[in-house]
Amino acid sequence: MNEKKMRKSRMQTVVFLLIIIIVTYLSAAITEFNFLDGLATIPKALGWMAGNLLITAETLERLPAIMEKLLETIFMSIAATTIAAILSIFLGLMGSKTTKVNNIFSIFARLIASISRNIPVVAWSLILLISFGQNSVTGFLALFVGTLGFLTRAFIESIDEASQDAVEALQATGATYFQIVNKAVIPQSLPQMLSWILFMIETNIRSATLVGILTGTGIGYTFDLYYKSLNYNAVALVTITIVIAVLIIDSISNRIRRVIL
Amino acid sequence: MTLLQVKGLGKSYNSETQVLKNVDFEVNAGEFVSIIGPSGAGKSTLLRCINRMVEINEGKVIFDNADVGSLKKKELRKLRTNIGMVFQHYNLVPRLTVIENVLHGRFGYKTTMQGIMGRFTEEEKEHAFMLLKKLGIEDHAYKRCDQLSGGQQQRVGICRALIQEPKLVLCDEPIASLDPNSSKVIMDHLKSITTDMGITCLVNLHQVEVAQDYSDRIIGLRKGEIVFDGPSKLLHEDQINHIYGTELRELITV
Repeated sequence: MNEKKMRKSRMQTVVFLLIIIIVTYLSAAITEFNFLDGLATIPKALGWMAGNLLITAETLERLPAIMEKLLETIFMSIAATTIAAILSIFLGLMGSKTTKVNNIFSIFARLIASISRNIPVVAWSLILLISFGQNSVTGFLALFVGTLGFLTRAFIESIDEASQDAVEALQATGATYFQIVNKAVIPQSLPQMLSWILFMIETNIRSATLVGILTGTGIGYTFDLYYKSLNYNAVALVTITIVIAVLIIDSISNRIRRVIL
Repeated sequence: MTLLQVKGLGKSYNSETQVLKNVDFEVNAGEFVSIIGPSGAGKSTLLRCINRMVEINEGKVIFDNADVGSLKKKELRKLRTNIGMVFQHYNLVPRLTVIENVLHGRFGYKTTMQGIMGRFTEEEKEHAFMLLKKLGIEDHAYKRCDQLSGGQQQRVGICRALIQEPKLVLCDEPIASLDPNSSKVIMDHLKSITTDMGITCLVNLHQVEVAQDYSDRIIGLRKGEIVFDGPSKLLHEDQINHIYGTELRELITV
């Protein structure tokens, strides 16, 4: 790279920054979003939160019911993730360059992955709500479909990354396809796969709340009910239990990750 | 006795470049043959045509009276059990233990189920330990492969090839990633495979001196064609220059 080119690339950075500033300003102007007005509402909003989102002794009585729903949601997320993970392993093996059986299967696997991943989980919830009605299967399926797409994609990458070298060596010994997959590919990509599965369980517990609101299942439904009946104290309690649950699961999965990696 | 015959072998990965052109040679049982030549001469491709890790385009490879190019999937698997392979980058499964990696060499003799379940007979396990001992790494049997040095990993690779009880071992630049000391250890072991166990060795090498020291016979490959084939003592400076297309002085690094 010579001096001229360097100066040019520096110019490009400046131009790029200017463009971002202009676009931001224009977007704010077009949508009539006034930053200062926005700032001014913050104290008031915080005041409302402090005044209404209080957990009183009375709301604590609802805790057992909330906990039950929360556990249901957590187990649903775990079930959706693990079942999706099992299917994703097969799709991942089909889709990966290293282990693909043929191109048709590979394209098929990648197609399933991208369809289920690129439709947001919110859209899946609403679509499935219409077709399956309001029950816990709907929530489960919404999480399952999104997870399947994401995990397949992640597994394809993990398997591709796992070195081709060992696969070649086992082929040269006359090993069969499933022997190679089981003894060379899986051992190498398993830690990464487990890490992705844990990540997906965390993510799903978070999105289970939203999916629950939309499909009327689990802790999301409880949240929605209290919210619509203006019982803000209970809403606060639900929110805090969710936050605590997510924190606990985060720390558990971090610990597991440290052991396996 | 002729173990391997290569007749008019040709290979190209795309229409523009021909990697191998009309390669002809024979290898007798019990020979130690080195293939030398500059990078890109087609050495690796030549080795991989012999156990059909790459498909053969033209010509024939006949190993132990079987036409390698025309074998069906099952027969090919059987053929590969008779040909061990040692790689430049060892090609082990790094997260598994040494003994597991050695036993991988038995997969060709197993049904898919036996392989997946990891069912190995006592004799196979004893054989594996015997080989590890022979190569001086039995103390590391239960260590993970990624904890071993390069030279040790290559010895595991050799064990994996030997436990196949092969008739031929193909070595694709076995010492290219090793320091001089480890290189010597590995070459000594490879040589002893031929002298002690009577297994034929076909070795790709970068180092001309190493090839001259160890092999009975040297094949020089240049741009996909054989330009030298004869006993190592007949390989003189002009032939080396012809193979590499340079003066020997410029070959200091190899």
